[in-house]
Amino acid sequence: MNSDWWKGLVVPAVLLGLAELAMRFHGSVSMSLAAPTDIVIAFGRVLLNGSLLAATGGTLVSAGAGLIFGGFIGLLLGILFGLLAIVDRVMEVTIEAIRPIPSVAVLPIAMLIFGFGYRMEIAIVAFSCLWPVMIMTRAAVGGIEPRLLEVSRALRLSAVDRVIKVVLPAALPRIMVAFRLAAGIALVVAVTVEIAVNPLGLGYGILVAQQALQPDVMLAYLVWIGVIGWGLNVLLSLAQNRLFGRAGQVEVVR
Amino acid sequence: MAAAANMTAIENDRPPTVISFDTISLSYGNRVIISDLSLDVGRGEIVCIIGPSGCGKTTALRMAGGLVRPSAGSVRLRGAPLTAPRQDVAIVFQDYGKALLPWRTASANVSLAMEAAGVPRDQRQARIPPLLAKVGLAGHGDKYPSEMSGGMQQRIQIARCLAQDPAVLLMDEPFGALDAMTRQGLQDEMLSLVAETGTTVFFVTHDLEEAVYLGDRVVGLLPNPGRVGIDLKVSLPRPRNQLESREMPEFLRLRRELFDFIEKAER
Repeated sequence: MNSDWWKGLVVPAVLLGLAELAMRFHGSVSMSLAAPTDIVIAFGRVLLNGSLLAATGGTLVSAGAGLIFGGFIGLLLGILFGLLAIVDRVMEVTIEAIRPIPSVAVLPIAMLIFGFGYRMEIAIVAFSCLWPVMIMTRAAVGGIEPRLLEVSRALRLSAVDRVIKVVLPAALPRIMVAFRLAAGIALVVAVTVEIAVNPLGLGYGILVAQQALQPDVMLAYLVWIGVIGWGLNVLLSLAQNRLFGRAGQVEVVR
Repeated sequence: MAAAANMTAIENDRPPTVISFDTISLSYGNRVIISDLSLDVGRGEIVCIIGPSGCGKTTALRMAGGLVRPSAGSVRLRGAPLTAPRQDVAIVFQDYGKALLPWRTASANVSLAMEAAGVPRDQRQARIPPLLAKVGLAGHGDKYPSEMSGGMQQRIQIARCLAQDPAVLLMDEPFGALDAMTRQGLQDEMLSLVAETGTTVFFVTHDLEEAVYLGDRVVGLLPNPGRVGIDLKVSLPRPRNQLESREMPEFLRLRRELFDFIEKAER
């Protein structure tokens, strides 16, 4: 590791110190802000009483399941559209009509169908993850070296083998990027749905803390959500390198 | 019937036809790429196709591989119409860097052809090392294409084609991107592989000397639209030798004739 890795930490440390001093000297009780040390203490409290972990579990289950469902459908559609120009042409208008709908706008419909709870949240997360994965997969599949597809034709690989052995590995690096992007979206949407309507997870935790006039708890949740988002991205990067090895890293030479 | 076919074969001093292009034409919209091209390739023959760019030599090869279908006429393999890629017709592409799967090792690339043919895993494992050895890649099976030179990568592709047990080998300028020494080495290796197995070879090249050196016949195509312009028999003795064969008067005569043909065709 570089010997000057600590330099990047100087600014955050100074800012935190200033925030601490400002809160201490200002002296009054704030409804929206809290001193960093109070936030740490509040974090310890919600961690120990189990509410933080329960909320984290709720959000991660919803975001994860939504990412898996939506990502899987997006992956299948993306491969289909990327490989078959005719299907792509036929579906273009339909897709472009549905895609721009903000995922939060389908909330009322999802509530009618699923009511409150996990299923509704998972459905909305899936809806919002589907599109970026679909579009990036379609582009990735469309950008595969044509010679590779020709080779798989010449060797007479079956359609399934062609997808599994040639198309997916060739498009994998860009598909992984799509999933990392979608993971971020999944977390944002899950928390949004929780703050807006759904009584579970980290978003609901923030909302409750805010309404109970506990800014320290609220901000502890906020920082924690940031940590979760960062952790998710690191995890997916690791997965890309470890699980898929060479196929995950090598871009097809063009 | 068989006797009659035999008679004709003897009369013409030609082996039985494996691939035949029967007055094929190909056009995209108003653009005519190939017009009334007829050509027969006999069993075990090495036929080299030359011609100026745009004469449709690569397109003809892709037709023989079942990758492109003619607009008119038919391509036949042993008499049966050829409409799709076949197990026993293998294609070696020029751009080995693009035709190999970069995430698979040399062995796994060769394995792909057998996976496509449904060969069980243990048989694949047993067949790969001898195939790699045949093309001079023994001990390099675990390397990735990116770790190998151009010549070695093209050898992987040839091994992958050999894994198909092809009756016909279609080669599209396979050595065009290689340096002169590597090219000569691969030419000789290819000739001895083909002599061993009796494979029929359809070899597209832009290198006239390569065509004469390798071929039993050299066919020159004319451009706009593509059609057969010249069909020369190469009567150089085999096995050929990079120095002696290339110094023979017959070699020089053919080279001259093809050179004149190309010059006229391009005018």
